[in-house]
Amino acid sequence: MKASTIRRLKLTLAHVFLVGFLVLTLTPFLMIIAISFRRGDLAIGALVPVGDNFSLEHWKYVLGIPYEAPGADGQPRIIRATTPVLLWFWNSLKVATVASACIILLSGTAAYAFARMRFALRGLLLKSLLVLQVFPMVLALVALYALLQLIGDFLPPFGLNTHPGLILTYLGGIAIYIWMIKGYFDTIPVSIEESAKIDGATHFQAFVRILLPMSAPIFAVVFILSFISHISEYPIASVVLQTERQWTLAVGAQSFLYEQNYLWGKFAATAVLSGLPITALFLACQRFLISGLTSGGVKE
Amino acid sequence: MPPAAVRILYHTIVAGLVVAALFLSARLYLGGEPLVGAGVLLVAGLAAVTYLRAKAYTWRYLFPGLLGFAVFVLFPLGYTVYVSFTNYSSANLLRFPQVVRYFETETYLAGDTRYSFALHRVGGEPATYVIALSPPGDESIRYATTPVALDPPPAEPVPVAADNPVPDSPPLALREVIPLRGLLQALSLELPDETLLTNTGLREFGPRLPLWRHNPEDDSFTNVQNGARIVPDHSIGRFVHATDSEIAAAGTPYGPGFRTFIGISNYTRVFTDKGIQGPFIRIFIWTIVFALGSVALSLAVGMTLAVLLEWKQLHGRKLYRTLLVLPYAVPAFISILIFKGLFNQNFGEINLLLNALFGIRPEWFADPLLAKVMILIVNTWLGFPYMMIVCTGILQSVPDTIYEASAIDGSNALHDFFKLTLPLIWQPLFPLLVASFAFNFNNFLLIYLLTGGGPDMVGAATVAGQTDILVSYTFRIAFRDTAQNFGYASAIATIIFVIVALLAWWNLKHQKT
Repeated sequence: MKASTIRRLKLTLAHVFLVGFLVLTLTPFLMIIAISFRRGDLAIGALVPVGDNFSLEHWKYVLGIPYEAPGADGQPRIIRATTPVLLWFWNSLKVATVASACIILLSGTAAYAFARMRFALRGLLLKSLLVLQVFPMVLALVALYALLQLIGDFLPPFGLNTHPGLILTYLGGIAIYIWMIKGYFDTIPVSIEESAKIDGATHFQAFVRILLPMSAPIFAVVFILSFISHISEYPIASVVLQTERQWTLAVGAQSFLYEQNYLWGKFAATAVLSGLPITALFLACQRFLISGLTSGGVKE
Repeated sequence: MPPAAVRILYHTIVAGLVVAALFLSARLYLGGEPLVGAGVLLVAGLAAVTYLRAKAYTWRYLFPGLLGFAVFVLFPLGYTVYVSFTNYSSANLLRFPQVVRYFETETYLAGDTRYSFALHRVGGEPATYVIALSPPGDESIRYATTPVALDPPPAEPVPVAADNPVPDSPPLALREVIPLRGLLQALSLELPDETLLTNTGLREFGPRLPLWRHNPEDDSFTNVQNGARIVPDHSIGRFVHATDSEIAAAGTPYGPGFRTFIGISNYTRVFTDKGIQGPFIRIFIWTIVFALGSVALSLAVGMTLAVLLEWKQLHGRKLYRTLLVLPYAVPAFISILIFKGLFNQNFGEINLLLNALFGIRPEWFADPLLAKVMILIVNTWLGFPYMMIVCTGILQSVPDTIYEASAIDGSNALHDFFKLTLPLIWQPLFPLLVASFAFNFNNFLLIYLLTGGGPDMVGAATVAGQTDILVSYTFRIAFRDTAQNFGYASAIATIIFVIVALLAWWNLKHQKT
């Protein structure tokens, strides 16, 4: 056999392997989309929703539109969803957006001091931030719970079972973002800010008017990373938020899959509805994010 | 805005925030939290110094971020370590002063004096009522409350007085009182001579007296009815009977437990208590196996794909990469739950297919080994895109020229990879593998959402599952077990902190060399 024939054979084999692997990888997604359009909550009949099997009931349920379904006695009755899926989605958006905005504010200012100023404890603070941040906060939940309980006794809007309270607990996780923003600030030459200061600008003006506009890309990356991680945050939210109407999507979604009340089809519609926008956001910003993830190495 | 106006505005805002903090601090102090109040006062003082003194300029940028970090990361860590030395649990929930207050407010129904009562509805939304009382045998004297809402029942005793007006409307009939009975029983009335009355029947209230006499010198209590004495035992966090009494033998615990220091018992339990030691060691081993297995499998898959997609002659590499990254792009809580449904024993699509093809229905959630296999399959699926991205990045930094010499020697691709590429990329790859190990070591979300730790281990003293890893085990002990043993959960959390800190330190050291 000629060398080129062998290479063509190898290429074909590679394609076969990759396509096969892709099918295996993407099947769960295709299945969940199919299930969201399939009648009923149990996989009894066919896998694919065609003909009599096709139904929009799960989507209507999730979107809060009343629909007709056969009741226990076989007579059709109108079903209106009692699970506030759209409200959960709104709660998730609210919590993740506000938390990310606050995180940008806190980590951006701190990163500025670390990047541009020299002060006692600077190196020690930077390193301790990084080491302490690796502890999973799931383990400190007892403390966070007690803390929110105490706050709630004196400032009820920030207590347990409130969104502001949940957002507060997220504000501790800023170390990694301080490091990312500081790394970006370090790449911008100081000379521009210094010439502005010679022209009479204060420290703060140099920061807000000159450095911030030049650092928009890193703030976008930090915002998106923080947004994605907080919209998917489960353990803290599941302990802090106690009533159904306060839940975020991550807490609510699993309530469809209780063994006693197994709503597989409704879950599928919820998963597609909420997964699509977040996935689209990730893919749209993929190039930024991946460079941010891989260059997250610690360099001073 | 002129600079002077900006300065005034700035000082006003700082002053306003400091005043708000002072107010909060005072409320905390008055509300029985003097330590927290002092903490708020300290923070307010630091903030005032930072934002008003020119010398502290740098700290103005650091203050909010460091404050958030201190309150929501440092404090919880410290508090967790502190709790690990206490017996804090659902059985020992209250603090000592709260338990003392509990005994001080416990009352008993004294004598056989009974006051008959009438209930008048005043109206309003929510409805308010006036309760009118008459002493036994004398219907002419009438004490009455001011209009009071019964739902929810007032927490404090409601005072009654002889000169409060009683509405002209007729009192509620018995059948109207019956539905309100539960609410009536929850409230207490206070006579002008400070005697407390509680509802004892559909027609009467009876006087209640404090059951315990407090002896402040040793914080013991004496039962005024039978003379039994209880003393606090701070080593177990309970009040115990001091001497044999009609109710119980000496040393028998009584009343609600309180939080107390128990030294390192929570830690020694991990190593000595058979019902805990066994499950703990099995969970620890599985945590290591799970984390190592996840890293190895996702690295193997991710690396294979990365190497394959580096092949320049392959068409459609960009499309392949985009599609392969999808499992990483979908939020984990959604994909994990998707797998939970697909693997379902009876209704899951995976068993539907396996049944149609091979006639088998594996018990993915009931069989410990299959559950572990399922977890590793799902975690490989979740983790390989990250490894692929990372490996691609590192592979692209390897110069092509190193392969040329070996191509002349006529070696094959596999040999090239293990003998040439791997040694080169190992150095930058290793820290990322350690980080990935640390992530999976604490991969709470996967375990908790997929199996919830199940199937349960037999003979464990606390909740413990065959697929639990240390974090999910800790979470379940604290929040999903009826005993809610926060102290023991915190001890395990502290052990994990130490392990993770060692890993982080080791990784940091490795990066430097």
